[in-house]
Amino acid sequence: MITKRIIPCLDVKNGRVVKGVNFKGLSDVSSPTELAKYYSDNGADELVFYDITASFEERKLFTDILKEVAKQIFIPLTVGGGINTIEDFDRVLKCGADKVSVNSGAIKNPDLIREAAEKYGNQCVVISADIKRKDGEFRVFSKGGREDTGIEAIGWIKKCVENGAGEVVVNSIDTDGVKNGFDIEMLKAVCKAVNVPVIASGGAGSTEDFIELFKEIPDIGAGLAASVFHFGEIEISDLKKELAKNNIIVRV
Amino acid sequence: MIAIIDYGVGNLFSLSSSLKAIGEEAVVTNDIKLIEKADKLILPGVGAFADAAKKLKESGMEKAVRAEAAKGKDIMGICLGMQLLFEKSFEYGEHEGLGLLKGQVVSMEGRLPKGLKIPHIGWNALHFRKESGLFKYINENDCVYFVHSYYAENCDESLIASTEYGIEMTAAVELGNIKGCQFHPEKSGNVGLKILKAFCEEGKA
Repeated sequence: MITKRIIPCLDVKNGRVVKGVNFKGLSDVSSPTELAKYYSDNGADELVFYDITASFEERKLFTDILKEVAKQIFIPLTVGGGINTIEDFDRVLKCGADKVSVNSGAIKNPDLIREAAEKYGNQCVVISADIKRKDGEFRVFSKGGREDTGIEAIGWIKKCVENGAGEVVVNSIDTDGVKNGFDIEMLKAVCKAVNVPVIASGGAGSTEDFIELFKEIPDIGAGLAASVFHFGEIEISDLKKELAKNNIIVRV
Repeated sequence: MIAIIDYGVGNLFSLSSSLKAIGEEAVVTNDIKLIEKADKLILPGVGAFADAAKKLKESGMEKAVRAEAAKGKDIMGICLGMQLLFEKSFEYGEHEGLGLLKGQVVSMEGRLPKGLKIPHIGWNALHFRKESGLFKYINENDCVYFVHSYYAENCDESLIASTEYGIEMTAAVELGNIKGCQFHPEKSGNVGLKILKAFCEEGKA
């Protein structure tokens, strides 16, 4: 049986992981390579690196760091943030990324997913959508969740998958940062709509939230979170033990 | 020295990094001389079968792989690289592979129980089907990382491990010097590195 994946997400700016972290045994808590290694050694099934830099120079630094991580960490790496063109795909894939996550880039250029899937294969293209309830429907938001695009989310995701996205990350703005559990209703709706793996994001605050996620939605592929892992509120190795106790199949 | 065959398909950075991490000298190359000189070959690959098969042929690498295979040199195909070792694939039509192993590559579509997502993405357990030196450092049910929508079937002759995703699917194959993994050992953490290590060590004095 395929195992349920647990994925920490690391935001990188100026070559450092942002959001405070506090791990024992780590000499440099904001070093992307040290943190990546820590997560990899402690049961993370994949890592997501999110490039939140703005300038060209910083972007160059980001890819240097990605290369450094990929030299040492041998689990799948997904890169997101600032992916707007095929050249952006090429840039991060050459540095060791396995998958590339597209968000606003796909809203601005609807052909991007198709072009990338044709060139690199569906398995390489992840559509990441920030979704919020608005006027009685699920709505896609852009610019880090600040701007309502007016696009209905379920239809949008379906179209992205038809165009070749091999995986979907659903980030619920409604539950993000609240730490009161994943958005089960929204995730169920997406899971029902597409036949590719769906990754849940937004709202994880405790081990119980992950148990609820995998119990309520048996065909969800993975749970993604950032701060609960970074702040050490949940240790991935402990989380996996608890999931296993609850008959959720994980890699231990 | 291990030669990773470069025919313009896929991301070879992690693969060469993983070999370096286990202390192996690795080169990514399309130089026939280096391929002849190499102790072992790795045939990588991602993307579509037909496109990869075409590139392999056009780059002259197919000929080189065949020649080295015939000499008995160890060759490991990874993911699409493994699928290319078989006789044919039914990915968007019917396409010929290298035919170094008996079997064919078919879509999961329509062959899996309802409700299972395609591609098969994630960590799944290895079920050993035959003894193999590739597994000397790992255990049954160790998990490795898969990403694929097609799989090899009718390959009992070479099947050494399978994995369960609604059905038992080919995970690893071996017939003499021809070996292959459907999963990505270079992305399968320590378990993957141990498989690569076993591959690199085989036949070494």
